[in-house]
Amino acid sequence: MILIWLIVIPVAAGVLGWFLGRWSTLLTRWTCLLALILDLVLVLAIWWYRNDGQGTWLVQTRHLWIPQLGISFYLAMDGLSLLLVMLTAFLGIMSVACSWSGIREQVGFFHMNLMWILAGIMGVFLALDLFLFYFFWELMLVPMYFLIAIWGHENRAYAAIKFFLFTQLSGLLMLAAILGLYFIHGRNTGTYTFDYTQLLGTSLSPAAAMWLMLGFFIAFAVKIPTVGVHSWLPDAHTEAPTAGSVILAGLLLKTGAYGLIRFVIPLFPDAARDFTPVAMILGVVGILYGAIMAFAQTDLKRLVAYTSISHMGFVLIGVFAWNMLALQGAVIVILAHGVTTGALFILVGDLQDRIHTRDMTRMGGLWSTVPRISGIALFLALASLGLPGLGNFVGEFLVLLGTYPVNILITALASTGFIFSVIYALYMIQNTFHGPQKEVWSIPDISPREATIMGLLIVVIVWLGLYPNPFFKTVGPALNALLGLGGKL
Amino acid sequence: MLELLWLIPALPLAGFVILALAGPWISRIAAAIIGVGSVGLSMVVAILVAIAFLTSPPPNHAYLQTLWTWIHVGSFKSEMAFYLDALSLVMMLVVTFVGFLIHLYSAEFMITDVGYSRFFAYMNLFVGSMLILILASDLLFLYLGWEGVGLCSYLLIGFWYADPVNGRAARKAFIVTRIGDTAMAIGLFLLFTHLGTLQIQEVMHRALSQWPVGSGLAVAAAAMLLGGAVGKSAQLPLQTWLPDAMAGPTPASALIHAATMVTAGVYLIARTHVVFSLAPSVQFQVAVIGAVTLLIAGFSALVQSDIKRVLAYSTISQIGYMFLALGVGAWSAAIFHFMIHAFFKSLLFLGAGAVILALHHEHNMFKMGGLRKELPITFWTFLIAAASLSALPLVTAGFYSKDLILSYAWSSTTGSPWLWCAGVAGALLTSLYSFRMVFLVFFSDVKLKPVYKPGLCITLSLVILAGLSLAAGFLKIPFTDFLHTALPVVSAVQGSSEWKLQAIAGIVSLAGVYLAYLFFLRKPQIIQNVVRSGPGSILHRFWFVGWGFDWIYDTFLVNPFVWISRLNKNDFIDIFYDDIAWLNRIFHRRLSDTQTGQVRWYAAGITVGAIIVIAIVVFL
Repeated sequence: MILIWLIVIPVAAGVLGWFLGRWSTLLTRWTCLLALILDLVLVLAIWWYRNDGQGTWLVQTRHLWIPQLGISFYLAMDGLSLLLVMLTAFLGIMSVACSWSGIREQVGFFHMNLMWILAGIMGVFLALDLFLFYFFWELMLVPMYFLIAIWGHENRAYAAIKFFLFTQLSGLLMLAAILGLYFIHGRNTGTYTFDYTQLLGTSLSPAAAMWLMLGFFIAFAVKIPTVGVHSWLPDAHTEAPTAGSVILAGLLLKTGAYGLIRFVIPLFPDAARDFTPVAMILGVVGILYGAIMAFAQTDLKRLVAYTSISHMGFVLIGVFAWNMLALQGAVIVILAHGVTTGALFILVGDLQDRIHTRDMTRMGGLWSTVPRISGIALFLALASLGLPGLGNFVGEFLVLLGTYPVNILITALASTGFIFSVIYALYMIQNTFHGPQKEVWSIPDISPREATIMGLLIVVIVWLGLYPNPFFKTVGPALNALLGLGGKL
Repeated sequence: MLELLWLIPALPLAGFVILALAGPWISRIAAAIIGVGSVGLSMVVAILVAIAFLTSPPPNHAYLQTLWTWIHVGSFKSEMAFYLDALSLVMMLVVTFVGFLIHLYSAEFMITDVGYSRFFAYMNLFVGSMLILILASDLLFLYLGWEGVGLCSYLLIGFWYADPVNGRAARKAFIVTRIGDTAMAIGLFLLFTHLGTLQIQEVMHRALSQWPVGSGLAVAAAAMLLGGAVGKSAQLPLQTWLPDAMAGPTPASALIHAATMVTAGVYLIARTHVVFSLAPSVQFQVAVIGAVTLLIAGFSALVQSDIKRVLAYSTISQIGYMFLALGVGAWSAAIFHFMIHAFFKSLLFLGAGAVILALHHEHNMFKMGGLRKELPITFWTFLIAAASLSALPLVTAGFYSKDLILSYAWSSTTGSPWLWCAGVAGALLTSLYSFRMVFLVFFSDVKLKPVYKPGLCITLSLVILAGLSLAAGFLKIPFTDFLHTALPVVSAVQGSSEWKLQAIAGIVSLAGVYLAYLFFLRKPQIIQNVVRSGPGSILHRFWFVGWGFDWIYDTFLVNPFVWISRLNKNDFIDIFYDDIAWLNRIFHRRLSDTQTGQVRWYAAGITVGAIIVIAIVVFL
């Protein structure tokens, strides 16, 4: 029952906030903030009480929905979902908080969209019925489209449509694959069901498995994103309002990674095995291409957007290496990248609120004007380039450590991502905060609200970097079970 | 007492955290007290721990202190743990002691700088990271310190961030060393995959029992670790970052060159010496890299005009000696030279800093001169340091440490006369460029009047280091004996006539001083004529720019990379999707063109359509 509450609370708070917004925007903001804090408390409570390291599923709930078609309202939470839902609630709080003064138009509707996206994302992480999963998958897209299209920056219409087309089309492929699996399983066994646990181990011809696997893979690959289908991302991230960028980079991309771990490999282990070399190459290309593209950008937000492509390449490699080390690493990358990149987007947003530009050719020497913001930016850049002691390093190191026995060449190539990440991160710091001042800005340094947001994010980054064991312990049993399903790739 | 070990890195790190968080609100005096005090306390604790270690040695001459488990996934376990043995103890003492003196010096040197507390924050982080690197018992934890010092070098080289030149030098340092670090990371993957642990002592143990000498895995592992070491220690081919690194404040340079950062590579190789012993081909490579680097850098040092650049090349050259020692298996000789080098090189930088400060930040030696009378303490201490660097026989510490390396370069079972020759040739170069520096800066006529006389903090640091640069050489025998509790003894060929080699080396270094006197004080026109001649000027230019390595890297790596990335700024993959969109729009326009609102067009359309459908039905 608690899982339903996790989703219902943001949905209800969104609607309530919309109505309250007619009277007081402050009321809207507080409603949403408190709702998400409540959500976070619920997740933390589950973590605290149910995280005994025993059993895969910590909580589950199942209700009939459309029994004639084998569709049920089936939510379940294992360690993996737990951490991702926690990340969702946490970044959700941050995105409400970072919109506090920046969003002034249609505040009610903005927050409703925000809350519905978050609810959709939580649903994606919890749903174990494929039909329900698809339902949530779509639920998070539409409000996101509005978020970009209404509250975005200069080129928002283009970015919003591009985002929508990419995700919608790839989602359609996944729907086709879900239906394909549904019918094949039904024909084989006589029970037509969308239940994930029953669909596992469906016997498929190699060709059918490959096609279905690709249907899922492409949908998730667009989300992660992998090179080739990534070009919606820089536009969407850049044009979205700050909260939108935080959710896009911090959470939406993670639904793709989650899908790979939860569905693609367990449902189609054989096809995935054949596909591994391709996926790994895509991952490496993503790491390097994203990093090189980030270096070329002059728009600060676009730079950060491209770094996401680079970091998520590590996740792709880690998932397809399919062993404990690499998967644990991928999970840490997911968490650390979500927090780090979220923080970077918030920081860029704060900066843009002050100087009304994201163009790095106009910045430079900001350190002497806003030393605190600059110091935080430096910290985040270091986290992003994988400095040991901060979250990303732990994840990326484990991914590579786990990939090494699988494929040395891929590991070596991916490792060079460490070099390229230094290049773009230092380039960003140089052009923005160091160097001579190109224009004289007289702007205030960080406000208490912003400092609180950043402080919380930084604490999590350091926690992930210095003492990640609680996370390993939580997600361990879940990954063990998944590894058992996928077999050895 | 030993259980206080964790405090040694923790104190400077705490200093960093306090300064980073409270920096803007605290006074200069408070910043100095926190910055200098944290390292000073750390030094005191280090001395106490060392006394405890020496008076009652723990079993096996090693002490392990585990803080907490950092990463534990499946079979992989990495702990935040400190390991104290003779090697790490010596390194720890040198780092905290020299680090403290440099901090003390900085308190006066940086006093007028706007970023005073920021400076001490970075310096504290630097010392703390270096101590983690040294004391870590686990290669991954070592890697944390390893990256930490790389970061701090970036922060300090680019400390005066307003000038893009400094920023460029800082980025270069970080990126070039990161190339080495990446190789090292791959080495760690290899070690863990094949040995199942990254705990250093366990790695050594298992490598010894599982890998035969010269096995492919040992060679690969050693080569990867060497990659990391040449990056951090600025050896061929990754030495290019160090000469530019003098863009930072002078005390920061002293820290980078003497106590932290560049010696990390030497330490890494000594720490993992078993892996290198198992890979003789790589170990020989270490010696060759050292020999070549010490010569190349020596020649470059000879022609620089910037006093700090001379010192930078000198560091590369001296680290080359340490690599040479490591390469021939003279582990303790390398560490002994590291210690002596830390004393005289920090002294040289601090002395140079005092000169630079006195002359309004003038770096060019040809604009200096005659400072002997103006800055007597600086002169005498600088002279002692230069003498120690030149290894003047018997009286200087540098003589004993360098001599040890040279004798092993010849007599070790893996040594060779060629390596010895390179070392001796390097010794000549060393005393030549050292005393060139002394004569240009402190002798002949006064060209610029000093405007600042060193105060108490600066003087104190200089004098203490000068004493050590002279006297520390007498520790040779007890020092190496102590180190041999952690490092193997050199296997040397007996019967080589050590005193003859010693005499030659001594004469060579004295000859270098005389030549420097001749060329740069007595008859400078000789050298000027050589430089003006055709081949002379080309050679001068070639050495001046560090043998063209920067040019090669810029032309073949940096510029193409920048060019390609700029070329593709707008992401060529987007063209594909834009074309799809464009195609859609074209069709959309064409089709909407048909919607004219004129009935005759629609009628015509219906007719043509009907004819086509009928035709299909009839004929197909």
